[in-house]
Amino acid sequence: MVIRLPQGQEIDEVLYPILDAVSDPEIPVLSIVQMGVVRKASLEADLAKIEITPTYSGCPAMDVIGEDVRKALNKAGFDAEVKLVLSPAWTTDWLSEQARAALLEYGIAPPLQADADKAVLSGAERMVVCPQCKSSNTRMISAFGSTACKALFQCLDCLEPFDYFKCLK
Amino acid sequence: MENKLVHYILGIADSNLILGQRLGELCGHGPNLETDIALTNISLDLFGQVRSYYQYASTLLGGDATEDSLAFLRLEREYRTALLCQQPNTDFAWVIARQFLFDAYHLILVEMLVKSSDETLSAIAKKAVMEVRYHRRFSSDWLMRLGDGTEESHRRVQEALDNLYIHADALFAMDEHDNAIATSGVGVDLSALKKEYFAQINADIQKATLVVPEVPYFQKGGKDGVHSEHMGYILSEMQYMQRSYPNMTW
Repeated sequence: MVIRLPQGQEIDEVLYPILDAVSDPEIPVLSIVQMGVVRKASLEADLAKIEITPTYSGCPAMDVIGEDVRKALNKAGFDAEVKLVLSPAWTTDWLSEQARAALLEYGIAPPLQADADKAVLSGAERMVVCPQCKSSNTRMISAFGSTACKALFQCLDCLEPFDYFKCLK
Repeated sequence: MENKLVHYILGIADSNLILGQRLGELCGHGPNLETDIALTNISLDLFGQVRSYYQYASTLLGGDATEDSLAFLRLEREYRTALLCQQPNTDFAWVIARQFLFDAYHLILVEMLVKSSDETLSAIAKKAVMEVRYHRRFSSDWLMRLGDGTEESHRRVQEALDNLYIHADALFAMDEHDNAIATSGVGVDLSALKKEYFAQINADIQKATLVVPEVPYFQKGGKDGVHSEHMGYILSEMQYMQRSYPNMTW
């Protein structure tokens, strides 16, 4: 049986729990399935064929993710073939609800919709909610943050700096 | 045909590579933490894109070619890097002016490359568009801040523009192979985009209270393999490890 996720992923049900347990090395609370990085996973006898897609072109986590997937599958008794696909291009729309909640819980503000993202990154609007105190009185410090996918924000109420996962669309 | 396509791909990718290297030199040396991180993030995006281009080019070439051999083992004249991307990190104003002139070109280019009839190039471009939009916004924001900032920042960024503007035109250079690839629907006809580019950058320059440089001529070269005096130094630093210890890996 193949599990079809709303973000267009097709994942064999046997492989699903194995892949769902692999996390992003830079954001350990995010499963690579919930992030939408795993696009396809099929099983042919003992050979698992996995397609993954990068979030950003230069994302240094991709090599590690590919390696982690291979290790997890080998440990479960499967041979693994991991392929990197570029199309269709990853977008933050592929983050599942579960992933967005995990990000917030972890202290990273999840991405807004594209229009809102543009408004907050240009400083026109204050809508990014502080993951600590939930105030939306926040300001952008830098459009580029600790990793390629994040921007750096600060809450003007609790004064904590925090990461905002940039909208990519 | 395949070699022509590789030649075309290098005409895009080699500029990414060298500008990525230039920005990488700033790692830990940016004027403050935020811009340091931003510039190295942009560098990382450029390297990520260049890896995709080189991976594709190396499969087209076949044989021993790899993304690393394309990056590290070519001779200077074999690189198709735009002159603008080779210019040094003289000061922060130069870094921003260079980035601004490049990002405006880069965004126009990848937006058109998305329409390529070549599936791989189109896929690489689709990813790149999303990233380059952030670069374009970053560098034009900073151009504005420096131009409309203090007397000193205004003077310096004007000086940087005056020095770098002569390299803008050669970003759009195309040779007969590029033309053939563009005509076939795989590549982008850059000459058709030049007008839009200059309209965009000149408007942004004026918005930043700066003066559009009047240049008596535009510098030619770069993408034809004839480089500035800086190129050899960049390559010797980049290639040192692979030349000294062939095939070494991390």
